[in-house]
Amino acid sequence: MSTLATPTVDLQGLLREADVQPVLDQLDIELIGLAPVKQRIHEIAALLVVTRARKTLGLEASTPSLHMSFTGNPGTGKTTVAQRMADILHRLGYARKGHLVSVTRDDLVGQYIGHTAPKTREVLKRAMGGVLFIDEAYYLYRPENERDYGQEAIEILLQVMENHRDDLVVILAGYKNRMETFFRSNPGLASRIAHHIDFPDYSADELLAISGLMLTRMNYRFDAAAVATMREYIEHRLAQQHFANARSIRNALDRARLRQANRLLLMPGAIDADALMRIAAEDLRASRVFRGGRTESSNQTILAGPPPRTND
Amino acid sequence: MMTNHGSRLTQGQFSFLPDLTDEQILAQIGYALANEWAVNVEYTDDPHPRNTYWEMYGQPLFDLQDPAAILMQINACRRTFPDQYIRVNAFDSTRGWETSRMSYLVNRPAREPGFRLARQEVDGRQIRYRISSYATDKPERERY
Repeated sequence: MSTLATPTVDLQGLLREADVQPVLDQLDIELIGLAPVKQRIHEIAALLVVTRARKTLGLEASTPSLHMSFTGNPGTGKTTVAQRMADILHRLGYARKGHLVSVTRDDLVGQYIGHTAPKTREVLKRAMGGVLFIDEAYYLYRPENERDYGQEAIEILLQVMENHRDDLVVILAGYKNRMETFFRSNPGLASRIAHHIDFPDYSADELLAISGLMLTRMNYRFDAAAVATMREYIEHRLAQQHFANARSIRNALDRARLRQANRLLLMPGAIDADALMRIAAEDLRASRVFRGGRTESSNQTILAGPPPRTND
Repeated sequence: MMTNHGSRLTQGQFSFLPDLTDEQILAQIGYALANEWAVNVEYTDDPHPRNTYWEMYGQPLFDLQDPAAILMQINACRRTFPDQYIRVNAFDSTRGWETSRMSYLVNRPAREPGFRLARQEVDGRQIRYRISSYATDKPERERY
């Protein structure tokens, strides 16, 4: 046996050095629910730390492919997590700059022959060193029109995803079932994506916690009665159409702020900071959600087609 | 007398040094991007020193964060024009500067024939000099 000490690496030290733990902790605190998503992010962070440790010991391996797909209903935090992901990858030294370039079909696909390739390449160049987030990626592929330029964009995307794996990470996002159809019709794309992460819908309790967090960030707070009303509101809203998870909650809070401002203006006398911060039960109670949400959804049900991203 | 052995074109930065490696080019582009200069890639087959405006390859490369994107453009240009001169410029748009801050060759033809110096005697035995690249005697596209 050799008397030389086997070289070792301190994984925890590497993790500390990468300064990634604060981001992961922040993710745990600021993102409510989403347990499977957080689990996956922790795993990816661990993988990158181990890859780095292996490199210090001379165990070269090809850099792991980190292209991802985020599937989930609207408002489940796909964009937010993508932003955090860019930060984490940057801290772990995987992405050189760690910026997020968020695009949709319009940014990638051109309008006439020869327009698509330069347009797609330009976006890809802009995203290099960071993360390219393609929202509603399934719109890139339009099977009903075989001359659609989306296919060209997908081909360029594939080429860059394969050849420039060190330079950028591509995240495709969209509704679960439509993404599945999209991947079925583009097997080349599906096989190049290592991480399929599904974002579950929030439960009523989680939504309530989210609403509290949102208010704190906006420097507002519920009073005791309002918390109960908010819970009731969420339960009503969940049963209604076009519910967009956290986005619906944010919209509800924005309208509550509107009503609160109106209420404060009608109040006589001077107002203290506490009154300016407090959202009362009546601000929420005035919502049409409590009346069955009829006035708006009567229109919406007639419109067929893709589900609206948000509506409340 | 031959002052430039091998007739290597000496224009722009680093031109008396051996050709830059891709790694060195990445570092130079990184410096330009860190200063928020706009980078572009140009090519020509007429290396006359007064030929200031070369052809731009592709679109100007604005809003980029990472040098790898520009190296991708350089490599695309090298594939298209393997036997022409290719240079990288970095333009500083700061008021007061508004000019190229960096310019260096990243590709040169395999064989560089150099320049011819012609002398012309004019009034009062004055001498006028004229230089032209031997390569430009041939039509475009056939020069290198």
